Amino acid sequence: MTVQVGTAVWFAQHESRLAWRDWLSMITAGRRERLRKVAIGIAAFIIFMHFVAYWVVGRYADAVVDKQTLVAVTASMLLSWLLMISQAMESITRAFYARSDLDLILASPVATNELFGVRIATVALATTMMALPLAAPFINVLIALGGWRWLGAYGVIVAMGAAATALAVGLTVALFRVLGAKRTRFVAQVVAAVIGAAFVIGLQITAIMSYGTLSRSAVLQSDTLLALAPGMNSVLWWPARAALGELFPLMAVLAVSLTLLAAAIAIVAPRFGEYAMAAAGVSHAGAGQARRSAGFGKTSPRGALRRKEWILLRRDPWLMSQTLMQMLYLVPPALMLWRSFGQGNGALEVLVPVLVMAAGQLGGGLAWLAISGEDAPDLVATAPVPSRFVLRAKIEAVLGAIAMIFTPLVVLLAIASPRYAAVAGVGIVTSSAAATAVQFWFRSQAKRSQFRRRQVSSRLATFAEAFSSIGWAGAAAVAAISIWLSVLPALLALLVLAGAWYMSPRTQHAW
Amino acid sequence: MKRFDRPAVDGLDLTVRAGEFYALVGPNGAGKTTTLRMVAGLLRPDAGTIRVGGIDALADPVAAKRITAWISDEPMIYEKLTPREYLEFVAGLWGVEPPVAAARSTELLDWLDLAPHADERCEGFSKGMRQKVALAGALVHEPRMIILDEPLTGLDAGSARQVKTVLRDRTRAGGTVIMTTHILEVAERMADRIGIIAHGRLIAEGTLEELRRQAGAKDGATDGASLEDTFLALVAETAQAA
Repeated sequence: MTVQVGTAVWFAQHESRLAWRDWLSMITAGRRERLRKVAIGIAAFIIFMHFVAYWVVGRYADAVVDKQTLVAVTASMLLSWLLMISQAMESITRAFYARSDLDLILASPVATNELFGVRIATVALATTMMALPLAAPFINVLIALGGWRWLGAYGVIVAMGAAATALAVGLTVALFRVLGAKRTRFVAQVVAAVIGAAFVIGLQITAIMSYGTLSRSAVLQSDTLLALAPGMNSVLWWPARAALGELFPLMAVLAVSLTLLAAAIAIVAPRFGEYAMAAAGVSHAGAGQARRSAGFGKTSPRGALRRKEWILLRRDPWLMSQTLMQMLYLVPPALMLWRSFGQGNGALEVLVPVLVMAAGQLGGGLAWLAISGEDAPDLVATAPVPSRFVLRAKIEAVLGAIAMIFTPLVVLLAIASPRYAAVAGVGIVTSSAAATAVQFWFRSQAKRSQFRRRQVSSRLATFAEAFSSIGWAGAAAVAAISIWLSVLPALLALLVLAGAWYMSPRTQHAW
Repeated sequence: MKRFDRPAVDGLDLTVRAGEFYALVGPNGAGKTTTLRMVAGLLRPDAGTIRVGGIDALADPVAAKRITAWISDEPMIYEKLTPREYLEFVAGLWGVEPPVAAARSTELLDWLDLAPHADERCEGFSKGMRQKVALAGALVHEPRMIILDEPLTGLDAGSARQVKTVLRDRTRAGGTVIMTTHILEVAERMADRIGIIAHGRLIAEGTLEELRRQAGAKDGATDGASLEDTFLALVAETAQAA
């Protein structure tokens, strides 16, 4: 079938082909021969997720529609929806700023309204498709155990994807209008990261303040919330009722969401080119004005390298948003720490592994940026500095940043319990050093802008980094109770590191 | 890492004198960039020796790098740094004394018309401006030898002229410049000597006149033939021999 050039269908074909190839390249790390292995991996993951789903939601398959169920389902949906908004905002921001084909499209004689409409619809589709593989095992289990009424949950996912995209488009355009093209990119990336984390963290903070626990279910199952929640007939529960299989709420939720998406497309698509051109103007002409350098201070080559790494880390908006999110996750434990003063050390035991785990994750990200994400590798390699000094300076920069972030928390912890502070301190240093070591062993030259895809470039490194952090967090948790018992998880973490080192591509470590 | 069936460079014997402007030309994939990357200390040869300013670059790479600067065709600078910060960083890497580095940076930024943008981040710069920032970085530590890989690719006429002027001034001041280029007119006009490389081997070397004679001996090229004619004749001869 021949599709007429320049029509929405033609654009949709073009967009879907690009999206498919982009996804394929991401999932296979650019190596098509991996496709079979990746397909097997995905299939295994889906099967595994069905077991997880059975364990988590199997007992709710015959759930009756009462207020407690509605609160729990609504909260879960709200959390997923916020994550979808975050994902959609990321995509929309990228569509404005980072699409290399915008010049070609805007310079072509075709009506761009339809293309940009299709592009927004593609974001909605991609957002939905990202959520489906995660939600599908849970829905399938509920259908298998509770009947066809649960099929409505698929419709709710579609509605959530459409509404999340509509809201993300609205938010991004509002930011564009209020802040201008120059600031929107940074703010939108931060907002997208924060939105995703805000709901969980908000619930945890409420739980800590009200019940002295990190568990969010304490809030969701509390009598106070049930009393405050609106009546059973409220429209607020329609999305939850739709997910529970009620037909009319499902139709209503779908209609409202799709109308919102259609309205967003109708309003924004005609102006999309205008926004894209404003964004392009920023990247071409609006070089960010930086504070004038204080002057050429006396520094060693290592000092110069450290300083450069810190400036780059500070000025990287995407990294800032990632770091901010990591820091946001530290807010509940910090709050709990503050509440625990003078109330014994029970709650503090939870904090030590949380801090150690966060340090490992943050250390891994920063180490990738410093070691692999070097934008001027030739310059550094041709400098009259031995390569071991370069690496040492970069590792110092990473550990310095970790120290700056975690020292205040450890100091605070030391006031409550010097022993826990010592364990946390050692754990933070070990966990971040281990993550840095993994990134060092698996280093491969990349642009900093590829940070999003660092997990895909070496899955082995990603898993090693994660399991090492988990191992050290476990060791720290046990060490808070008994130093001797912590030897076992520490040995496991060391084993992970040894395995990672053994499997690392050492032959390529030439620079 | 790329793997090759044959060595990218094989049996190459190249000598560039101090104060000389040397242009290395050759077809795509001839081994020009590989040669320069080895001299700059970015690649290690499987065999052979490299001496830079009398220093054994394989035995003491740090000392060799101290007197060398490398600029690639794709200027790699930090998007989030300003030109001034970039120069400060490069000066720090090469251990230039701060007052000297500050004075040289100001001078270079003025000279390359970058002063109005000295405190703007490089992320919005055009390729020409990036190339100028990279060039300023290469000059801030006063190298005795500058190695450039296709430095004029993608530059506008004004920027290209500025770069050429800078390079000529360097050789007049006693510095050495080694450059690869596909723009044969530039090599013809600027270089003291030209080396032609093909299939990883140096097939001819000398002044333009000497190259014409070599080509004439093989191909009957006339006096006054352009470098382009001479180059094509010599490369064709090598291809036939291969």
